Amino acid sequence: MKRPEPVQIVKQRRDAALQKLVSRVPYIQFLGIQIDRRGDELTGVLPYDDMLIGNPALPALHGGVTAAFLEVTAIMELSWSTMWEDMEAGHVSDDETPIVLPKTIDFTVDYLRSGLPRDAYARARVNRSGRRYASVHVEAWQDNRTRLFAQATGHFLMPQPNE
Amino acid sequence: MAQNATVDRTRIARQFIEAIPHSRALGMKLTEVGEGKAEITMPYDSRLIGDPDTGVIHGGAVSALMDTCSGAAVMAHPAAPIATATLDLRIDYMRAAKPGDQLTTRAECYHVTRTVAFVRATAFDADFDRPVATATGAFTIQRAGQ
Repeated sequence: MKRPEPVQIVKQRRDAALQKLVSRVPYIQFLGIQIDRRGDELTGVLPYDDMLIGNPALPALHGGVTAAFLEVTAIMELSWSTMWEDMEAGHVSDDETPIVLPKTIDFTVDYLRSGLPRDAYARARVNRSGRRYASVHVEAWQDNRTRLFAQATGHFLMPQPNE
Repeated sequence: MAQNATVDRTRIARQFIEAIPHSRALGMKLTEVGEGKAEITMPYDSRLIGDPDTGVIHGGAVSALMDTCSGAAVMAHPAAPIATATLDLRIDYMRAAKPGDQLTTRAECYHVTRTVAFVRATAFDADFDRPVATATGAFTIQRAGQ
């Protein structure tokens, strides 16, 4: 029987693949979004910054920031879940493998309460992932996981291998 | 008199939009405002790239532009709301915006009730014949004395 891989090797491979996915997108850095990983579970983290404010009187996060944070988390989750098997087989770490991101077809954001001036978190769930289209739901919260401040559903066009 | 009112409204709306920290960070400029209508531009910026292979702006930045412009259209409605917030916003992406092009969004608040405003918006790059994205949204409105 084959021995399980050493834990450091597994972690290094997964973290490197995730890093490769996240670090390429300038807009993710612009907003300051980080992606945390526990096994295959990803959590988007949006650390608070004054630049993210949309209503200085309240103050509250900009609705566009919330939408962007949800969309980034949805795209990362979708790419991550589709590359998982290849990555586990060791095909993602080499620099030759191009990462083509899914394209957003539509994105609907539901604003449940105003975004407070503090850190926000988001997790996405791929409800359907076909060869061509995918449907992803994503939820965001701040202090309490059960008190969502926004949620969204989006449809995405999957990258085609020979296009 | 009417002319002055228009100039005044445009100036106030412009100051309002340009005082929003995130809209400032994205370089948004309010270029036109009318009754329940607004037009806002956002310059191309390499920090907003979502696809590094093509240089296309991230959908999230387009969302921020759509949301700001839609909110501005609500505020510009003759019902004269004193505050608004997004309830929901759906964006449909028709095509990738051309890298390097400034984006322009036009929004129209086409109906208001006592508590809700309905908005549609369209985003363009330099080609005004082919929209980049469209949006529809519902916004809360708060009226004076409520």
